[in-house]
Amino acid sequence: MAGIVSYGAYIPRYRIDRKVIYRAMGWLNPASYIPGEKAVANFDEDSVTLAVSAATDCMRAIDCGSMDAVYFASSTAPYSERQGAGIIATAVDARPDIRSADFTNSLKAGTTGLLSALDAVQAGTARQVLVAAGEIRNAKAGSAQEELFGDAGAALLVGNKDLVARFEGSYSVSHDFPDHWRSAGEPYDHQWEDRFIRDEGYVRFITEALAGLARKCSIQANQISKVVYPCLYAADFKKIGQRIGLDPSQLIEPLLGQVGYTGASDPLLHLVRALEEAKPGDRIAAVGYGSGADALLLEVTDGIEKVKANRRGVRTYLGAKRDLTTYEKMITWRDLMHVEKGMRGEMVPYTAMSTYWRDRHLILGLRGSRCLSCGTPQFPAQKVCVNPSCGAIGRMEPYRFADKRGILFTYTGDNLAYTPNPPAISGVVDFQGGGRYVFDLTDVDLENVSVGMQVEMSFRKKYTDEKFGIHSYFWKAVPVLE
Amino acid sequence: MPEGIKDKVAIIGMGCTRFGERWDTSPEDLIVEAFVEALEDANIQKNDIQAAWFGSCYDEINVGKSATSLSLTLKLPFIPVTRVENFCATGSEALRGAVYAVASGAYDMCLAVGVEKLKDTGFGGLPEFSGQLGTRNRMIFPTISAPGAFAMLATRYFSKYGLSPQEGKEILAMVSAKSHKNGVKNPKAHLRREVTVDQIMKAPMIAWPLGLFDCCGVSDGAACAIVCRADMAKSFRPDPVHIKSMQIALSSGEEMMYTEWDGSYVQSAVKCAARAYQEAGITNPREEISMMEVHDCFSITELVTYEDLGISPRGKAGEDVRAGFYDLDGKIPCQPDGGLKCFGHPIGASGLRMMYEMYKQLQGKAGERQIKDPKIGLTHNMGGFPSMNLISINIVGL
Repeated sequence: MAGIVSYGAYIPRYRIDRKVIYRAMGWLNPASYIPGEKAVANFDEDSVTLAVSAATDCMRAIDCGSMDAVYFASSTAPYSERQGAGIIATAVDARPDIRSADFTNSLKAGTTGLLSALDAVQAGTARQVLVAAGEIRNAKAGSAQEELFGDAGAALLVGNKDLVARFEGSYSVSHDFPDHWRSAGEPYDHQWEDRFIRDEGYVRFITEALAGLARKCSIQANQISKVVYPCLYAADFKKIGQRIGLDPSQLIEPLLGQVGYTGASDPLLHLVRALEEAKPGDRIAAVGYGSGADALLLEVTDGIEKVKANRRGVRTYLGAKRDLTTYEKMITWRDLMHVEKGMRGEMVPYTAMSTYWRDRHLILGLRGSRCLSCGTPQFPAQKVCVNPSCGAIGRMEPYRFADKRGILFTYTGDNLAYTPNPPAISGVVDFQGGGRYVFDLTDVDLENVSVGMQVEMSFRKKYTDEKFGIHSYFWKAVPVLE
Repeated sequence: MPEGIKDKVAIIGMGCTRFGERWDTSPEDLIVEAFVEALEDANIQKNDIQAAWFGSCYDEINVGKSATSLSLTLKLPFIPVTRVENFCATGSEALRGAVYAVASGAYDMCLAVGVEKLKDTGFGGLPEFSGQLGTRNRMIFPTISAPGAFAMLATRYFSKYGLSPQEGKEILAMVSAKSHKNGVKNPKAHLRREVTVDQIMKAPMIAWPLGLFDCCGVSDGAACAIVCRADMAKSFRPDPVHIKSMQIALSSGEEMMYTEWDGSYVQSAVKCAARAYQEAGITNPREEISMMEVHDCFSITELVTYEDLGISPRGKAGEDVRAGFYDLDGKIPCQPDGGLKCFGHPIGASGLRMMYEMYKQLQGKAGERQIKDPKIGLTHNMGGFPSMNLISINIVGL
């Protein structure tokens, strides 16, 4: 019996009011205006970091011992060749003897990845599979997509026991439907016209998938507590529900006006939303759309309450927002506008890949060491104990700092060092339980930083070397989210 | 029990170029300028020099790696020449190499040269250094500049002693204003203009809480010293300056990775000072030291150093600053030449430039800046950041 063991979500802190976008670019495209706000990933986030952040939420208080596979789902993976799943697996400290795969090239990659995970567990190939989706879709200035697209991550742990929701069945259709497409290496989608997309694809495939699911699982529309499917067009979102015979109260409230349409992570994000509002016995149907559609049916168990109590999910991250007040900052962070970086921003020293490989757990997993002689945790991992009263050599065990909180020992806001979100704030973190190191801070304004404040660690893009096509990741400190 | 090097070595000649934006001067030109002055000052021949130490920090924009650039520039005749680098204390390291070589008895006369052509980097401030910290640190060290790293020291100092940013910045401003006043009197300084406390307080923020005038500038320069055995020094001049102590101390890693250090002082400076005073036979620095050149890369570094050197009590350096204790006409004039503040910080040269001022002051040749009857001079040269550094302390006297 396969199902969902845990869930997690992550919505970037910065939200931009769509009026700000419209004021900047409405002169070009006055017809487009979606109300509300959308989530904008910080300059140091990408689809992999969003997936890791969601996975971190999902894996709270769960160890990776039984995680036999890691799947990453995105249509905006930073590498065309270098597994996002491999980076995520290292970041969450998964075992190396696992299967890993990237599900990509379609917006239903999230649900397809989830279904593949459920299949693996059902077949007995894997005990647990982590499915993590992240998406940051870029759109041209003044386009309708620019208003529509939002950034988010979602993650689910699939397994065969301690389930919060049982997997009851699925139904998929595959159609090579050219509603939108993006050729390899291109930065932006092309799309055909909206009526075509809505009538021939969006409404049709989701309806088809849900109807197929109902037949296959022998279930009536009124037996489903909540139905999750992407909202591309508000009116047609409702139309789909009517076609299937659903009452509006059975539809998940789309996050379009608060987060945006988040691509491959969208169905999983809304599934998390449904789970965190569900009660035992609820049946949830979730649909992913893109190159066809996937539909799956879950039944919530008693186990949901325990997990619900210890997850941030959509509900916490929805409320944790900072206002992104300018359009210019948004397009700078998404590389839509070339800004002056100066020599400090343009001088990018090379990355020694052999050093990265040797230190990958340290860098991606924030793994330090703890002295077996005196018990002092230290970062980075050391061979010689840093405790001046100890100094033991070669007496260390691995020690993970990624999930540790700390207090900010000191900090600065640096106007000289280059950052796309100035000033460059960094500080020293004294970790709970021991250990100290200096880190970048992010998602925070200088006025809100103080000596002694509580911080936690967040997986981010450390730098991009455009010349050599390298995205380097590390952890930054952020204010603790309460 | 090691006996130290007190009074075993003397400086018999020094040279120092004009520091500044020397666009038309190459690092080789700077080396020659400083060397010629030192040679004339010592009244020796080039071929009397038996070994040389060469300090330069940024090899990639300066003269390149190895000491060959010194031996080729000065046409040193196949003698031993060693290049040294230890971040911003490189200049003092060059001197230390030369001095210890003579103290060991291996040589009678040695040369120390330091140079840096920072204006060729094209940066306002020190070059972006994420590529200078090692291949792993490049991937994990924060996005930070030198001002940013030292700003963290200020944040802790203010926090520990209950200073509001306004109060703290005012004390720092007085430190910088004092140095600028001295620099006016120095024809070799880069910046020779007085700046008021008010101007300093209102200056643009570089890395909170440090503003423009809390930071030393970027300059070109070279300095040079010729040292010999103490027992032969008087055959060259009547007033050789004797090395009483040369000590360095490096961070152990505990400031950066262990939670005991409180971040409001420089731990290695305290340890280095203790050894330096012991070697020099100084038991009461506040009474016995006549004058100092300390590493004022940033005003906060100077303030904290007053305490680290055991001169101002902990947390009370601000009171001494307000009382004028470190002014040119104060009890222990600090930065009589204007300091890094007015000279800028051509890294390889700075430590030697500090010693140049102590040397000239002891010999009564400091012109307008002359301190009355100095006996003991101290230079303090720091490399790295408050949490990961080395401190060089050098004590000299007649």
